[in-house]
Amino acid sequence: MTGAVARLGARSVDWVAGLGHMTRFAGSVVAAALRPPLRGRTLVREIYDVGVRSLALILGSGFVVGMVLGLQAYNTLARFGAEQSLGAVVGLSLIRELGPVLTGLLVTGRAGSATAAGIGAMVTTGQLDGLRMMSISPIHFVVYPKALALLIAMPLLSALFIVVGVFGGYVVVVELLGLDPGSYLSSLENAVDFRDDVLASVLKGVVFGLLAGLISTYRGYTSEPTAEGVSRSTTSTVVVASVCILISNYFITALWGV
Amino acid sequence: MQSTSGRDLAVGIFVLGGLLAVAYLSVQVGGLSYAGPGGLTLVARFDEIGGLSPRAPVAISGVKVGQVTAITLDDDLRAEVRLDLDASLELPIDTSASIRTSGLLGDQFITLEPGGELDLLADGDEIDFTYSALNLEKLIGTLVHETDIGGSE
Repeated sequence: MTGAVARLGARSVDWVAGLGHMTRFAGSVVAAALRPPLRGRTLVREIYDVGVRSLALILGSGFVVGMVLGLQAYNTLARFGAEQSLGAVVGLSLIRELGPVLTGLLVTGRAGSATAAGIGAMVTTGQLDGLRMMSISPIHFVVYPKALALLIAMPLLSALFIVVGVFGGYVVVVELLGLDPGSYLSSLENAVDFRDDVLASVLKGVVFGLLAGLISTYRGYTSEPTAEGVSRSTTSTVVVASVCILISNYFITALWGV
Repeated sequence: MQSTSGRDLAVGIFVLGGLLAVAYLSVQVGGLSYAGPGGLTLVARFDEIGGLSPRAPVAISGVKVGQVTAITLDDDLRAEVRLDLDASLELPIDTSASIRTSGLLGDQFITLEPGGELDLLADGDEIDFTYSALNLEKLIGTLVHETDIGGSE
């Protein structure tokens, strides 16, 4: 009985200590970001890995999501004779929620896991210790470009997802269902507000990018130097980052939406 | 070296495309700057605006000529609606404004009907003839009362 209580207590202390460790890690990444050099070449390579290589996935998914939204919204709205609001429903769903959230989850699964595995492999093969031996900060040399690349790529990928999704909805609504193209676009443009919708969407992309970047690099950086440890940190990156994205999504919506 | 510059180009195109997408959402869809000319501001007061909201379109004969920029309550507790219209419009001073609904459940918008006077409305003027939004519940309530379907009297 006392053993169970002690284990629970030890676990809680471990968890809080882990949170503190991660916060300190985040602080040192931010400090590294503010310190020259910029490491532009590495940054470009990392943006290529997480951004350009995720493009096909994001554009394909966005298009299909827009198409299914158009179809679903049509089925519901047609019952009320409100088909002229289709553009607003598709556009607002994509801009406010589906664009940033689905992009966040997809990029976490595609690029966040790769980031964690990449850093984990460097830990396993002692490359980070090698850097330390040459008095090069591994946080500055390896972690910061990877985290920043995710931060930069996420809002851009999210915006592309939304634009392609709106176009996918347009294809279904106008080309397949034969509705008026003007009413689709004008209801979209009338319903969307710059601050409430577009700015909130970009903010979500930035926050999700930050979360994915920090969590994936932290998990990779602290992974055990074994093949099993790396695979475990990769899995936990996807799980933890996805849950964090979904939870923070609620709070951004609640705080920003008013 | 060849592969490196190819990668730079790909990243450049990616960043540019992403920024263009953000710009498209902000300007075209989000209405950061109203695409039309704008410049002529008019005020109209209504007893009832229903579900009219800022950024609702303003149309003449169904053609969009501007949008609602602000809705406030004036000193007499009537709704004061500010309209931003195409500056090249020449509207007579007896122009009337009415709030309409597109479709049965659609968004509300303002439609202007130009009158026949020779004098024109200038920037900042008020539209004197206004017709409030049609309140369906109120209308049914009145109908029930007038025709005595309720049977109380």
